[in-house]
Amino acid sequence: MNQKQLLDEKRLGQTIIRLSHEIIEKNTTPGDIALIGIHRRGVPLAKRIQNQLKSIAQIDVPLGTVDITFHRDDFRERLVMPQIKGTEIPFSLDGKIVILIDDVLFTGRTIRAAMDVLNAFGRAASIQLAVLVDRGHREMPIRADFVGKNIPTHEGEHVSVLIQEVDKKDAVILTWDGE
Amino acid sequence: MLTHKHLLGLENYPSKDIQAIIDTAFQFREVLDRPIKKVPSLQGVTIVNLFFENSTRTRISFELAQKRLSADTVNFSASSSSLKKGESFKDTAQNIEAMKIDAVVMRHPAPGAPLHLTQFIDAVVINAGDGTHEHPTQAILDMMSLQEKFGKLAGLKIAIVGDILHSRVALSNIHGLQSMGAEVTLCGPTNLIPSFVEDLGVTVNSNLDEVMEWADALNVLRIQRERMGSALLPSVREYRSLFGITEERLANHKKEIVIMHPGPMNRGVEIDSQVADGGQAIILDQVLNGVASRMAILYLLCGEKPEDGNA
Repeated sequence: MNQKQLLDEKRLGQTIIRLSHEIIEKNTTPGDIALIGIHRRGVPLAKRIQNQLKSIAQIDVPLGTVDITFHRDDFRERLVMPQIKGTEIPFSLDGKIVILIDDVLFTGRTIRAAMDVLNAFGRAASIQLAVLVDRGHREMPIRADFVGKNIPTHEGEHVSVLIQEVDKKDAVILTWDGE
Repeated sequence: MLTHKHLLGLENYPSKDIQAIIDTAFQFREVLDRPIKKVPSLQGVTIVNLFFENSTRTRISFELAQKRLSADTVNFSASSSSLKKGESFKDTAQNIEAMKIDAVVMRHPAPGAPLHLTQFIDAVVINAGDGTHEHPTQAILDMMSLQEKFGKLAGLKIAIVGDILHSRVALSNIHGLQSMGAEVTLCGPTNLIPSFVEDLGVTVNSNLDEVMEWADALNVLRIQRERMGSALLPSVREYRSLFGITEERLANHKKEIVIMHPGPMNRGVEIDSQVADGGQAIILDQVLNGVASRMAILYLLCGEKPEDGNA
């Protein structure tokens, strides 16, 4: 197994700051923004973006979390017990500009399921997607509004996002089989 | 995921599977708090509710659980079925299975009927009460409610009070609680406690005040009216004075004892209204947890089809 580090701790931090700036730049009514992190690594990323929005623009935006386990489209293929972290959205999404946040955008199936969960919590004014890494290979017509880093990958390659809060360090690592 | 294909009873049911069901059930509690209380997890799964015996809350609880998981359901009750026309149990079941169903939730007056059903159909079978044998989903929701209240099950002291002899709730609770590491004491009229229970490793004590001194929680069983006035239960007043959870009796114990009841209650017989509606009762939490537990059970059992298909 080969590996290569694509982002280190410093670059990852800078990427989050840039994403936060882009979110404010695109949305002219920041008071309507709500952040929703997708378990697992989307949740600490969303918290960091929430902190950035506070220090950059002095705005407090609500933060929720989404667990997509019950909305997956591959449940008949599961073999292991699902690890469910729970959905927690303690506010109504009616009229909100929802920024959905995840670490890696790949097939788009997770995002589809997450939007399905959001529908149960109200009718958002709009849903935007922010991801740290877009690695391509979409299986659904979904694209991100805010991308930290585009990493075009080949078959057999895998992108791991490590986040301090979950993995004890910050990094984005590309791994692949063979030589 | 779960070790067994079916849920027939909690006797010898793995404790890790009970814990997995309870943990998943807590996640479904969150779904029940959403403005739209429905997830697509069991889309395309067809479940038949086969009730050969009357039931209100168990059937409604299962139906709600199925609808909130987006399963398709068909209800069948014995009173309006072709069983009345003399069709056998086996023929009824095989005919229903021929219509391509994935799971059967069954209540039946005969102990062992769900196990019998597994022998001639392929679908997942969930026991919703078989005579005086087991009622596993009730015991799981009881344990979930205890875990919610106390944060754990291991080491808890649970007393089951009432007619143990005719109670499937008692038997499933005994098996489940013991497997989860809780201690169980049974309390009730001596003639309503079956002699085999001591082999199960539970304590029997017919002095309710001593039992209340010991217990963290009481699971108060319903006294079935059809048995009142018979040789087994000669006097309702006598029963209430010896085994009823009265307001005075509860007030005499300083300890905060949690009060549970599987319903339906006979207020003024096995439990006083003031107790049932009081702060120590978690009876309505049990009802809500019933829907969440049954969602978890259906989700974990109907989500995939194991290859070996062992019961």
